[in-house]
Amino acid sequence: MSAPAGAIALHGLTLGYDRHPAVHHLDGTIRPGALLALVGPNGAGKSTLLKGIVGEVPCLDGRIDRPDLAGAIAYLPQSAEIDRGFPLRVLDLVAMGLWRRIGPWRRAAPYRDRLIEALGLVGLVGFEDRPIGTLSGGQFQRALFARLIVQDARVILLDEPFTGVDGRTSADLLRLIGAWHGQGRTIVAALHDLAQVRGHFPETLLLAREPVAWGPTEAVLSPHNLARAQTLSEAWDEDAAICGRAAGETPHAHSHAHGPGHDHPHHHGPAQPHEHRDAP
Amino acid sequence: MTAILIDGLFGPFLEFGFMRRALVGCLALSLSAPPVGVFLMLRRMSLMSDAMSHAVLPGAAIGFLVAGLSLPAMTLGGLVAGLAVALLAGAVTRSTLIKEDASLAAFYLISLAAGVVLISLRGSQIDLLHILFGTVLALDDPALLLLGGIATITLFGLAALYRPLVMECVDPLFLRTVSRAGGPVHYAFLGLVVLNLVGGFQALGTLLAVGLMLLPAITARFWARDLGGMIPVSVACAMGASVLGLTLSYRADLPTGPAIVLAAGALYLLSMLFGPQGGLVRRFVRARHLEG
Repeated sequence: MSAPAGAIALHGLTLGYDRHPAVHHLDGTIRPGALLALVGPNGAGKSTLLKGIVGEVPCLDGRIDRPDLAGAIAYLPQSAEIDRGFPLRVLDLVAMGLWRRIGPWRRAAPYRDRLIEALGLVGLVGFEDRPIGTLSGGQFQRALFARLIVQDARVILLDEPFTGVDGRTSADLLRLIGAWHGQGRTIVAALHDLAQVRGHFPETLLLAREPVAWGPTEAVLSPHNLARAQTLSEAWDEDAAICGRAAGETPHAHSHAHGPGHDHPHHHGPAQPHEHRDAP
Repeated sequence: MTAILIDGLFGPFLEFGFMRRALVGCLALSLSAPPVGVFLMLRRMSLMSDAMSHAVLPGAAIGFLVAGLSLPAMTLGGLVAGLAVALLAGAVTRSTLIKEDASLAAFYLISLAAGVVLISLRGSQIDLLHILFGTVLALDDPALLLLGGIATITLFGLAALYRPLVMECVDPLFLRTVSRAGGPVHYAFLGLVVLNLVGGFQALGTLLAVGLMLLPAITARFWARDLGGMIPVSVACAMGASVLGLTLSYRADLPTGPAIVLAAGALYLLSMLFGPQGGLVRRFVRARHLEG
């Protein structure tokens, strides 16, 4: 059970809202230094898994072992959750990344050079005094990446970082992600663009409420796996209570089809899904 | 000309002690309430503060029933009731399907009605009017000390909460991932809101207590681009409204609390027309320019 230091280990993890699980029976380890893409159809539980790792969504079952250093995990949510109408300067937004160092009361001024440098790395030179409301979608995403740089975390979780962002911005930010990978940071990104995943992410977890495949990207993104992910998420009953699925239904049958030779680290025995079927 | 203007504006304060007391009370309130209002507005909680101000009433009314028109009793009652409703509304929202605005509306209607009934049990119509619309011309020493104390606590409190509070407003999720301060900061801020509502209740009465809190804050939005500018502008605006409103009520024999709030309202309407940040005139002129 002992994972390497700095790894994130998922043990029989089930996550969800209001007792309705969105991610099921996930086992596996995100190695330190991994560059992992999370792929799956809409509603597959990608965002939920990231929120679970930062502790935003409670575990309904199983557990997550995180690196216990304070501030070890940086998390970039979908930008729709941020109030961009707030009268704040870009520099102040980026300076939020300093929280772990300066807390609520210490001065941010000594770190000014560092903030400017981070803005330079994301291509926002000269934007420091602009209100955040005046940035375009792509510029705003760059500013959030600058905040991630300032946070300087060992683990970085990105939730659909390139949605609504143009090609050039995505390319710049992907280069930045590559640089982080080179520095030995762990990166997990939920993504939709499979070409992007194939081009930049060596490892992929294909998710459709439950893990479909987890491993080297080329092997995971096989037509067979992708089709299966689609079927799984379409077959899902929205009203199901916790693990209310009956034996032999579509998802289960598929996991038999894989056979005993199925060697992904998250594999679980056929009996496991029924463990808490009696939950209300 | 200037002499007449100065005498017109400040004459009543030079002449009468009760006007000076009213001015000091309003200036103290102008220092503390508008910055709180700025954060309320930015957190889209403007209407919530209105609801909370009505919630102060039954608490103050119980204080009134127990001890008559006594400042400490009514203040304490108002504080307890305001905090209780803020927390209850939050709890109802979290544990039922009702959204926060709906649960606040329910609570404030109940508390407003309960407050009026409670006061009518013992007091006269005059007492009721005083409680609903304030007694800014009858502020005694303890009331002034209370307003000054509230201003002091609020300014120091906001200074201490400033950074996490801004982060809570802009990106609460981010604050939660880096710190556990979010929850305590939210409740400390609600505490400051209730404190200022109780202060506003002394001067402007329960129905208009939010007047000096929200109107200057919304006005400031038309003048300043960032938070560092909005807070001083809102304070200046509230102070101007206080002087104007008090003078106006003295000269034209108008009820004082409503006169102050109307003055703040006039400043708001002027700013909406002429303010440099999104004011209507500027927008209109710019549109013409683009067409031409």
